[in-house]
Amino acid sequence: MTERRIELRIRRQDRPGSTPYWQSFRLAYRPSYNVLSALMALREDPVTISGERVDPVAWEHNCMEEVCGACAMLINGRPRMACSTLVDGLDPPIVLEPLPKFPVVRDLLVDRSRLFDALKRVKAWIEIDGAWELAGEGPRISPRAWSESYLYSRCMGCGCCLAACPQVGPRSEFLGPAALAQVRLMNAHPVGRFNREARLHAIMAEGGLSDCGNSQNCVRVCPKEIPLTTAIGELGRQVTGQLLRDLFGKS
Amino acid sequence: MSAPRVVVVGGGLGGLWASLRIAESGFAVDLLSLFEVKRSHSVCAQGGINAVLDVKGEHDSVWQHIVDTIKGGAYLANQPPVKSLCEDAPGLIHTFERMGVPFSRTPEGLLDQRLFGGVRNRRTCFAGASTGQQLLYALDQQVRRWEVAGRVVKHEWWEFLSLVLDQDGVCRGLAAMDLRSLAVRAFTADAVVLATGGLGQIYTPKTTCSTNATGAAASRAYQQGARFANAEFFQFHPTAMLGEDKTRLMSEAARGEGGRVWVPRTPSDTRPPRRIPETERFYFLEDWYPAYGNTVARDEAARAIWRVTRELGLGVGGGDRVYLDLTHLDRDFFSARLGAILEIYRKFHGVDPLDEPMEIFPSAHYAMGGLWVDFEKDPQTGGMRRDSPRNHATSIPGLYACGECDYAYHGANRLGANSLLSASYSGRVAGESVVAYLRGRGRVGAPTTAPFDAEVERQEAINRRLMTGGGGHNPYQIHRRLGALMTAKVGVVRDNRELDSALDELHELAEASAHVDLGESSTWANQTLAHARQVSDMIRLAEVIATSARARDECRGAHYKPELALPLPAGKFPGDPEFEAYRARWKANEAAWLKTSIAEHTAEGPRITYEPVDTSLLPPDEPRDYR
Ligand SMILES: Cc1cc2nc3c(=O)[nH]c(=O)nc-3n(C[C@H](O)[C@H](O)[C@H](O)COP(=O)(O)OP(=O)(O)OC[C@H]3O[C@@H](n4cnc5c(N)ncnc54)[C@H](O)[C@@H]3O)c2cc1C
Ligand code: SF4
Ligand code: SF4
Ligand code: FES
Repeated sequence: MTERRIELRIRRQDRPGSTPYWQSFRLAYRPSYNVLSALMALREDPVTISGERVDPVAWEHNCMEEVCGACAMLINGRPRMACSTLVDGLDPPIVLEPLPKFPVVRDLLVDRSRLFDALKRVKAWIEIDGAWELAGEGPRISPRAWSESYLYSRCMGCGCCLAACPQVGPRSEFLGPAALAQVRLMNAHPVGRFNREARLHAIMAEGGLSDCGNSQNCVRVCPKEIPLTTAIGELGRQVTGQLLRDLFGKS
Repeated sequence: MSAPRVVVVGGGLGGLWASLRIAESGFAVDLLSLFEVKRSHSVCAQGGINAVLDVKGEHDSVWQHIVDTIKGGAYLANQPPVKSLCEDAPGLIHTFERMGVPFSRTPEGLLDQRLFGGVRNRRTCFAGASTGQQLLYALDQQVRRWEVAGRVVKHEWWEFLSLVLDQDGVCRGLAAMDLRSLAVRAFTADAVVLATGGLGQIYTPKTTCSTNATGAAASRAYQQGARFANAEFFQFHPTAMLGEDKTRLMSEAARGEGGRVWVPRTPSDTRPPRRIPETERFYFLEDWYPAYGNTVARDEAARAIWRVTRELGLGVGGGDRVYLDLTHLDRDFFSARLGAILEIYRKFHGVDPLDEPMEIFPSAHYAMGGLWVDFEKDPQTGGMRRDSPRNHATSIPGLYACGECDYAYHGANRLGANSLLSASYSGRVAGESVVAYLRGRGRVGAPTTAPFDAEVERQEAINRRLMTGGGGHNPYQIHRRLGALMTAKVGVVRDNRELDSALDELHELAEASAHVDLGESSTWANQTLAHARQVSDMIRLAEVIATSARARDECRGAHYKPELALPLPAGKFPGDPEFEAYRARWKANEAAWLKTSIAEHTAEGPRITYEPVDTSLLPPDEPRDYR
């Protein structure tokens, strides 16, 4: 009886800028495997199909329950979280590549700084006076406003949406859908609204909202099902309003 | 002399709070983290965070929160810090609220609260099913603001390796490694804050913790002289889903809403669970705890599952698993109530728990013990004195600790939803203490470079030795052996013979970890190197846990030695001679064991001493009686 095995085909790269290459591995199948646990099993004994012992594959992981955003990669051509992708549902061989659009650090490990830089550019925070205690409570928020905002606050910065977006590229300045959705979130907050104008100006600048070609790719791959294109649509209206205010003064 | 700088290690709730308060006070912060701080383990917490807001008209009170926390911790927590924690909790929640945390709301738009384990009132704030994530993100946003302002400099992808102490034993900075280039460099600091989180990975893979919750950083500080307290107290969550990589938490709500725990009466029964008739099922929780049944407390449930699998050999298929069955419940009701939780099981196991009973087992969840930290009591209030530089100071001057890596607040056991609170609160307090420390100390000369150079050289030598090692042992396999050993012998149920043999095996593992073969020689982003270093520090910490557990000859909170259990006499109440005899034994045990254990590193292994607990608010004169 032959043991059931799974095959992983992995695009590897030793360092930033070095030439990528492919390696294939086989490993004993286990029904509980997700892509991440398969990679964990592999790192203990990384021998390729042709019998060569190679360096363990580098990749990022932490929570293992799809909430930290670390383990995003291209799995059979689609940006996904390795920890929540069960091996059982995948067509063999399982092809793993680093998340595109981000510089490769090593193997499946990428540098997602651009995502965090974008959050700085759009001022994705509430300007509180200080984190000290004040008498009294924060603003009241209706359950309905809450449930709309909650959708956006679950963005875990995995970068899948940027990976899928045709407008994001090595030479483009585009902020990308994740940061735009955060502008939608912050602008709706009763206090965050105070800095709405600054955020709108940030996304009206180069690399902002107008770079979005409305291809809807982002929303299809977001593992948290964040309504990115809805946010982008709303921001379009907010930007129009801001343009008018900029032209004709405060209304 | 240049302006003071503080290094904060760790960007979970604890580290981000500390960074924020230090930056706001005008001092520069270098913030180190193994990865982008937004990915810290704090994101995993779903349940909620406790604070008495009494939004449900239940006359909940801060005093009751204090009492619950103290009793929940079996009186082992120092009470002044607990008092301050509970009193300041509402203000902390409102500060989070101001930062924009999307806490769930009542129809009136106020903060909603729900019931959580071990308490009678609705006291837990929550943000959908992702409370920890939302709290962490709000802090991440605030810290990013300070980053843009230049006050905080983040060093993500840097691993703290060791402290640098001057000749007076004062912490003057640390050595850290860039996880990409593997370069080791020194960071000078006027104070250092460790906020490096928990250590569940010592029990791998049977833990609910993230893969980076290794405890290695706390272990390193311990090995350099910081005292480590109450290491034997570790909480096991009774119902975690099975997994090769990690055992994910299945909320207590599954039992609370009617889930039943059982095993087949014959372990060799290979029928699918739903084909096993009622009469051939053993509902052991209902059998053993008729009063509570399936909703028995966390500890009891974990021990019962342990007993049924490991002692009676009745685990499903003879293994480490029992069924948590929801299939008899109303589908619609359950989906509406627990949709988010069930979704996790579906996602990771590919089956619907409403169709198939879930398979679960206890799992290492939370370290009550940690780096020993000081506090200054305010005689006026009975709480901690605000802005005292002693609060959250470790035993090494200039070194502070907060978050799950310290030992404060929870004593022998932690209440649900109290640790997001303590991680946040302790971070804020530690930040404020550091500021007081910096302001209060006189002029300090710049440190000499010699100890920094020596420390960097020492760490580089460790890397060189590991890289050229070729000792034959694979660090990932050593890690798995460590996890299996700790789960089997230093886990839910403890026994002195087993603990002795665990200590012997830990020595062997320590030996093996000194002779590893990384299987790779890459000098760029070599993850095996970093892991090998962590594994050897995890083994050192495991020794502390096992030694402390061996030394404590009693049952208290999460630490359980069946031979030493003092059960309440069944059916007997105060006044009855049997009960009074029990009370006397209980008092004798309190007199002997109500004390904090302190581990100190020596060449021969951990040395355990004890220190009294401050029980000035609520002295333990009565045994607990839930009847
Ligand atoms: C599954 C799960 C669910 C939970 N649910 C709840 C809940 O509902 N309510 C509740 O109150 N509590 C809950 N807890 C507990 C709670 O989440 C944690 O105790 C708390 O989040 C710990 O926060 P922290 O800031 O101490 O550490 P973490 O968030 O773990 O952060 C640790 C930080 O330290 C850094 N670090 C570690 N080592 C190094 C090093 N060597 N060098 C540099 N940086 C380092 C990491 O990069 C990270 O940034 C839960 C825990 C688990 C496991
Ligand atoms: S809709 Fe816009 S942001 Fe989304 S993928 Fe398309 S171009 Fe990118
Ligand atoms: S929006 Fe979705 S896909 Fe994009 S970073 Fe956030 S969670 Fe990931
Ligand atoms: S490991 Fe955190 S999202 Fe996959």
